[in-house]
Amino acid sequence: MTEERRCWLAVLARAPGAELEAAVAAAVAPPCRVVRAAETGLVMVRGRAGGTGERFNLGEMTASRCTVTDDEGRLGVGWIAGRDKRKAEMVARLDLLLQRPDGAGLRARVVAPLAAHQAAARDTRAAKAAATRVDFFTMVRGDV
Amino acid sequence: MYVAVKGGEAAIDAAHAWLAEERRGDPSVAELGLDQIREQLGLAVDRVMAEASLHDPDLAALALKQAQGDVIEAVFLLRAYRTTLPRLAASLPVDTAKMAVERRISATFKDLPGGQILGPTYDYTHRLLDFALAAEGGEVPAAPKAKPGEGAMPRVLELLAGEGLMEREAPPEDETGPVPDLTREPLSFPAGRPLRLQAMARGDEGFLLALGYSTQRGYGRNHPFAGEIRQGEVSVEVEVPELGFAIDIGDIVLTECQSVNQFKGDATRPAQFTRGYGLVFGRGERKAMAMALVDRALRAEELGEAVQGPAQDEEFVLSHADNVEASGFVQHLKLPHYVDFQAELQLVRALRAKALKEAAE
Repeated sequence: MTEERRCWLAVLARAPGAELEAAVAAAVAPPCRVVRAAETGLVMVRGRAGGTGERFNLGEMTASRCTVTDDEGRLGVGWIAGRDKRKAEMVARLDLLLQRPDGAGLRARVVAPLAAHQAAARDTRAAKAAATRVDFFTMVRGDV
Repeated sequence: MYVAVKGGEAAIDAAHAWLAEERRGDPSVAELGLDQIREQLGLAVDRVMAEASLHDPDLAALALKQAQGDVIEAVFLLRAYRTTLPRLAASLPVDTAKMAVERRISATFKDLPGGQILGPTYDYTHRLLDFALAAEGGEVPAAPKAKPGEGAMPRVLELLAGEGLMEREAPPEDETGPVPDLTREPLSFPAGRPLRLQAMARGDEGFLLALGYSTQRGYGRNHPFAGEIRQGEVSVEVEVPELGFAIDIGDIVLTECQSVNQFKGDATRPAQFTRGYGLVFGRGERKAMAMALVDRALRAEELGEAVQGPAQDEEFVLSHADNVEASGFVQHLKLPHYVDFQAELQLVRALRAKALKEAAE
């Protein structure tokens, strides 16, 4: 469950807010309560010296989060890059619905197409990068 | 020392009204949208985010618009905005080995696993003005595509480290302690490498570029090669206490540079290569390279090298790298110093009167 949930949260965080809003509106959702109202703040992004060494603070990014719950005590969590609080709340609501026993349908209907769209965008960039792959030839001195 | 003064409200209001008009420019020319700035002046947006130390492309675009394209003013605006937001969390360290690479080059190895990927670079352009861009409405042909390689794209320096020829960068055993943060505590010296890297990542590109250049020209030589430069998206993950696992909150574009430098060895360490490290928000290759040069220069003491140039002096570099601080202190000179200056004026008049009197006698 955890790994699946990590995956759908990553997909939802990258999705356009309007599409998430539409998905929530279309879902038959049982009552849900906001535990922590959506808020925007900062996440300090960390790196490692040399890529693998000691941790250091690279700089901050804006981020928004929201937590909701249902009558059965599940927690829906939304954490996204950027300042769209409404989107953070939509992610939290969807996270809650996706954990329900009938969440599989929602996954197929909402998460899968978003994931496919995001993967296609990634593949396009990777393909453009691959087209710029070079083979350098080293001239042997005196050869030219 | 400057003094507080009162008055001038009407003049200030008029100045700001005129500024707004100047910012808008000729009203018969279409107004710039933030989306246009974000999409078409992306490298300026990246630079503002890097030096403001705040990743948010829309806000950086707004800052650039508000500052009429003055990058340092835009950085200042974003820094000021940042102080209004709470810190929600710190991310797990980003893993640049898992970057969705758009560009990756090495000047040390011709053939390397994963290959040399040029990406959307200005290298190899002829730097001739392209007047086709002056004519609006031109369709941009789609960039070619090719099948990406199957293999991984390991870090170039790890290939050397595998042979023992490159120093290893390993995390300390215990990582439970805090990571030093110059936005929370004022800098004190010696600062150490984590703070140096933070200060440089948000430091002024021009300053770091000049310092990096100075090391190449002999002010603290360290013989660098560009071991690897990579650029692309990495995901940012945040540990969420109520869940007990890390959430991936989205991607940011980073540029990383690892320089390869000589080290002749000492009593405890054999001769091997050492590295300088640069990591910046956005597509900031020039800055990442300069940062790697200065990072390595600042390791002089640690590696038993003579400290001879400004780029090797931690206090000098860190105290002057921040362009908001530098700009503030330089520009404070235009604030009213009337009292100070009156005192100096009196002094110079007195000295001159004394000298004239002595000459007359």
